Amino acid sequence: MANPAQVTVPAPGRSVWDGGVSPMNASYGKLMMWFFLLSDAFTFSALLITYGLVRSAHPAYEGDVDKFVFSQEYWPIPEKVFDAVPFFHGWEAPLVFVGLMTFILIMSSVTMVLAVEAGHRMDRKAVEKWMLWTILGGITFLSCQAWEWTHFIIGTDAGSTLPDGTKIFGANLRINQYGPPDFAAFFFFITGFHGFHVFSGVLLNFLVYYNTVTGVYDRRGHYEMVEKVGLYWHFVDLVWVFVFTFFYLV
Amino acid sequence: MAYTEETPQIKVLPPDTAKIKKLWRVAGILALVTIAEFAVAFNIPHEYKDLRIWTFILMTIVKAGYIVGEFMHLRYEVKVLFWSILIPMIFVVWMLVAFVYEGISIFELRQW
Repeated sequence: MANPAQVTVPAPGRSVWDGGVSPMNASYGKLMMWFFLLSDAFTFSALLITYGLVRSAHPAYEGDVDKFVFSQEYWPIPEKVFDAVPFFHGWEAPLVFVGLMTFILIMSSVTMVLAVEAGHRMDRKAVEKWMLWTILGGITFLSCQAWEWTHFIIGTDAGSTLPDGTKIFGANLRINQYGPPDFAAFFFFITGFHGFHVFSGVLLNFLVYYNTVTGVYDRRGHYEMVEKVGLYWHFVDLVWVFVFTFFYLV
Repeated sequence: MAYTEETPQIKVLPPDTAKIKKLWRVAGILALVTIAEFAVAFNIPHEYKDLRIWTFILMTIVKAGYIVGEFMHLRYEVKVLFWSILIPMIFVVWMLVAFVYEGISIFELRQW
């Protein structure tokens, strides 16, 4: 919060960096959350950049998109891999389920920012309400991901055939029906690492909810903790936006 | 319980409707851009690979800008904080470009 009233002007002849004032005008906790998120962004970037490197080092599928079949020879087209939706077995609905997951996570980011807004107003009831919605969104997203992983690991009815005639179904870290082994490895590592962040976020959100209900923040006199955990939760949403683009769309 | 501190008098302020409206507008923009991404994914054929990729990247940057700028409030922070976060990410973008080039080069060397 850039509150102009809090900006301290240093004494003449002294710089804001000489101490005694807060040059970034943010509390210690918020600042450290920002720098943690920056370092976390480096970690996720490393994973996505490695994905870009390995993918561009593999041959791409060159033929007609409608005649695409899974093969170990080339990198698969993502929308041909992620085209299943729960309860609609056998239907081809490319990217529909992952689009729903994106929407759920964005919505939970919105409810989080509404909780932060309520916290600024010291409105405990509203913080409780919006934190519950955020936790619900996080749990829904995790459940969707659990289904997505299960489907990815078990595989499709048809599977795919190796050059020597053996059929393979699903995926593990050694071999997968969708394409080169690295494809499944990256799926597990990138969505898994993100999923673990969502899981930690849900735990933190629950902690904030618990502290709100028990009146900890009312006694403390401010709801800054909602803001700090909110930053983390938005970051998790932000990472998913990039994973969605670079893993599922491109 | 040893904890005896009294709950201080809390003054609850009324909802800031203008701010809440703005947040929902940002949410709407994010949803619209996601829908537009789907439109691109299914309407621009795979033959136009570069066009598809650059449209996706552009839309992702728009979404990231709204999330970081509005939801995470970075747009309204002090300039020093804003640039401390943004400048390191510029190096990351360079790293992405460099490594994708490296990958293409590895692919070409394997063709020999």
